Amino acid sequence: MAEIKEMKQVLFGPVLNNNPIALQVLGVCSALAITTKLETALVMSLALTTVCAFSNLFISLIRNHIPSSVRIIIQMTIIASLVIVVDQVLKAYSYEISKQLSVFVGLIITNCIVMGRAEAYAMKSPPFMSFLDGLGNGIGYSVVLIIIGTVKELFGFGTLLGFEILPLIQNGGWYQGNGLLILPFSSFFLIGGLIWVIRTIRPAQVEPKG
Amino acid sequence: MSAKRETLGKTVGVVIAVCLVCSIIVSSAAVGLRELQETNAAIDKQSNIVEAAGLIDFAADDISGTFNKYIEERFINLETGEYVDEPKDGYDMYKEAKNPTFSVEVANSNVGFKQRASIANIYLVRNDAGEVTRLVLPVHGSGLWDLMYGLLAIDADGNTVRELIYYQHKETPGLGGEIQNPSWKAKWNGKKLFDDGKVAIEVNKGDNSNDQYAVDALSGATLTSNGVQNTLTYWAGENGFGPYLKNQTWKS
Repeated sequence: MAEIKEMKQVLFGPVLNNNPIALQVLGVCSALAITTKLETALVMSLALTTVCAFSNLFISLIRNHIPSSVRIIIQMTIIASLVIVVDQVLKAYSYEISKQLSVFVGLIITNCIVMGRAEAYAMKSPPFMSFLDGLGNGIGYSVVLIIIGTVKELFGFGTLLGFEILPLIQNGGWYQGNGLLILPFSSFFLIGGLIWVIRTIRPAQVEPKG
Repeated sequence: MSAKRETLGKTVGVVIAVCLVCSIIVSSAAVGLRELQETNAAIDKQSNIVEAAGLIDFAADDISGTFNKYIEERFINLETGEYVDEPKDGYDMYKEAKNPTFSVEVANSNVGFKQRASIANIYLVRNDAGEVTRLVLPVHGSGLWDLMYGLLAIDADGNTVRELIYYQHKETPGLGGEIQNPSWKAKWNGKKLFDDGKVAIEVNKGDNSNDQYAVDALSGATLTSNGVQNTLTYWAGENGFGPYLKNQTWKS
């Protein structure tokens, strides 16, 4: 039973209690750039979760053979290979979205969440738990992206996944789109607000003063 | 164990093994999926052209079939406006713009690029009877952030605009990105490029629904709108498709 409890903790802990964006403040750059539309946010979440889970798995599998002097490079090599594979698969099966995501899929390589989990967890944990940890952190990242993507697309464009929810004035409706939310940096406010909300619910996350 | 891990031989061995495995995975993914990706890219290009041809609803799911049936790719020498044979297999005017064989300097223009190819890929749209109904001309020019690539579809009179479709650009979503908004695109339908042989089309402020030479600029996107204006002025002009449109080569 203890193991199942631990697995749950590893898998769902990063969603609220130890969220990679909200608590660890990692991977913010991609959260800013690709959340203008919910659809791209979803695909990006999926891509990052896949990469994070499998990079953790593979790194954990060979963790006892990785010489510590070159461990970061080996982690990068594995992560980069996975990202290229994901990018190729997207180009083959989801061409439209891969065009919109453009360079950001490639930039998963430099996403601190993937690297951070590999270094902090996968290097010293068994493969299955590492896989769950990667999955959990991917889900934590996804939750934030989906929330921000929803707010930005709904109030910026009046649509969700391309379906019209609030008809825009430009298209003959009544809703004046919020121009600020369309721009990437508005995610700063949204992420800030989200962190505030989470820390109000979980006061333990507030950094001690002084 | 950690002492053994740190020997030079082991380090090099692990690094080489990891690199080998990773490169095999990456290259097999790239090779295995290449065909699918190329098909996607080709269909994407064709669907833009089919949309410019006004056949997108008609085509439904059969983009390639419609493209092959109604659309013909031709090559024109921009200077003379005459048709030429395909200069080489898979000729692409954007790829050849810097190739010395085809490159032409662009001077005295604010269109935003310094060189273009001397020969352009254009597309003739035919109806069931085989008559040319529309011309789809590639146009590009600088927007606010980067070059914007589009397709200009005009009627067989060589003057009336039907569509202006931008398929590749980096304009700000919601502002300049509105060049892809269907309601803005619809404003181009029926506008005229030339007034008495001179390029007259304008992108300017105000309600231009009654002015056949002007289209309302995008609000909040002055530089993008100027870019569209410069692009059309260049490509409809002497150095662009001007000679071709003047000769009405497709009619002969």
